[in-house]
Amino acid sequence: MKVNAEMEQQSEAIVKFDNVVKRFGNFTAVEKADFEIGRGEFLAIMGSSGCGKTTTLRMLAGLEDPTEGAIYLDGEKVNGKATWDRDTPMVWQSLALFPFLTVQENVEFALKMRGVGKEERRQRAEKWLEKMQITEFANRNINQLSGGQKQRVALARALVTEPKILLLDEPLSALDAHLKVRMQAVLSNLQKDLGITFVYVTHSMSEAFSMADRVVIMSRGQIEQIGTPEEIYREPYNRFVAEFLGSANIFDSVITGPSGSDGWKVDFEGGETSLSKDELPNAVQGQAVTFIVSAENMQLSAPDSGQPGILASVAGEEFIGGTAMVFLETETGHELKVQKSHDELSLLNLHAGSKVIVHWAPESCHILPGENL
Amino acid sequence: MGNENRIVNGLLKLHIALCLLFIFAPIAGSFVFSLNSDRFPSLPLGEFSTEWYRLIWEDPLVWQGFANTVVVGLTVAVIATLLGFGGAYTDFRYNFTGKSFYLALAMLPPTIPVVIMGLAMLAFLSRVNLSGTTISVIIAHGVMCSPFAMAIIRLRLSQMDPDLEAASWNMGGNQWQTLRYVIIPFAKPAIFAALFITMAVSFDEFAVAWFVSGLNETLPVKILGFLQGQVSPRINAIGSLAFLSSMTLIILAQLLLRSPEDKKS
Repeated sequence: MKVNAEMEQQSEAIVKFDNVVKRFGNFTAVEKADFEIGRGEFLAIMGSSGCGKTTTLRMLAGLEDPTEGAIYLDGEKVNGKATWDRDTPMVWQSLALFPFLTVQENVEFALKMRGVGKEERRQRAEKWLEKMQITEFANRNINQLSGGQKQRVALARALVTEPKILLLDEPLSALDAHLKVRMQAVLSNLQKDLGITFVYVTHSMSEAFSMADRVVIMSRGQIEQIGTPEEIYREPYNRFVAEFLGSANIFDSVITGPSGSDGWKVDFEGGETSLSKDELPNAVQGQAVTFIVSAENMQLSAPDSGQPGILASVAGEEFIGGTAMVFLETETGHELKVQKSHDELSLLNLHAGSKVIVHWAPESCHILPGENL
Repeated sequence: MGNENRIVNGLLKLHIALCLLFIFAPIAGSFVFSLNSDRFPSLPLGEFSTEWYRLIWEDPLVWQGFANTVVVGLTVAVIATLLGFGGAYTDFRYNFTGKSFYLALAMLPPTIPVVIMGLAMLAFLSRVNLSGTTISVIIAHGVMCSPFAMAIIRLRLSQMDPDLEAASWNMGGNQWQTLRYVIIPFAKPAIFAALFITMAVSFDEFAVAWFVSGLNETLPVKILGFLQGQVSPRINAIGSLAFLSSMTLIILAQLLLRSPEDKKS
């Protein structure tokens, strides 16, 4: 039975991190990473610099060895297995193309290292040059290529062995914004075409959320949340994730009593609202609760409208395409942000310092599970 | 302001010209007198003559010295470049306690006064019964030249993206393959430059060779022998040839180090 269970696991997950810890001296780069990556999945690992995302990727590639725990690749424990004995090619942030080789020789490199014959090398490299639409540059030097072309060479070079998994370490960070979006589409389509697993490390939320099936959010070596982009966006697990995404208002509150039959009345700095009992079945009066309301779910009303809510004054406004982010300050100094269309805002005739009432529907509140254990 | 600049510029140019004159006048003089028929270097010049070149061409002692120099130079170039590459790659690749001490030690030989170096070499080599042989000159010059090779190759490796090596491992190249297909190709211009420069250093080196060469004198030691015996314009001819060969090697090395990125033009 156990064998069966293992076989099943093998077919589902291509990578398994089992309580992996990585320390460099006294510094813990990755703390208890414990997750799986599915076959054919596009997984993004996101976090700010120094959060351990690149170390996690390098451990998977075999460039670093875990201090504790085990990494399974395709069902096999790969701790201590040299990177040249794995088939986990990586696309580097610096691209790391060989400047002394031509484009074609760069693409052939991994095959040459594996002792593939000259003719077969040429054919397989040509296939990938064609796939990445860089055939015409085959005999060029690396330093004669543009940023986008180099990117394609790096991809062809990594994919030429037809691996089951491709690791990408911030590959687009050197490109300008326009090219970045185009390469995102190339990567997305490539991953769907090939059906192989992509593990994509980035600090950019837009890259992670637009391409990945699932996103891992890391901070200071810890995994803060794993989920689909939508899950993470709608239901951030804790304060760190909510702050990292940046579009939600975070409230620290205390339960003051029941609200109707299915809710709790909560007090927070500067106001009160109610939360659904479903989310806090075991809560008691006096308990602290942290919840968020996303900026686009906040409502604004004129101060003389009689609408119950929090009185706040406008501190500033930021233009975001068809909408604007309005920054408000409550009378107790709490900062709030509200995202609204320009039309709606013009009705309120807001300007810096003007008063406004902020309110929201109880169902817009999301309790942060990680803060309310 | 503009005038001042022009004066300063002019003075600086004059200064450089004087420096170059100071360095090259004796060499140029030696070259001119090597083609002069007079026995003694004096003005006015006598007739144009290749007599002195003919004499050294026919002198077996000069040939023997030259042959020793070439053998020593070639061997030293290869050995010093190998050692230098090893030292430079160790520095590039590894971090260990005492690394700065190791590097300081590896860089030390050129800073030791040559007389002390020569004496120490002589004392050591005679104790292991190697003094007075060609091998002893090779050993001594190897020690002196390796730091130059190491410095040149180290500079080149420091320009290398450290990810290149890891990328090669990541693509299935083990450590030997990576050395063979990534590190050495990348360092190739510097490796050749190191070969030429160490050869040139060994060609010209006199003091240490004088201490350890015994009967297997290299050309510079031979030249001193000539000078002690007699003042002959043949020295000028030999000097001119030695200068040309050294300059050729140095210029080749400079060309290689000039623009290492343009492998294929």
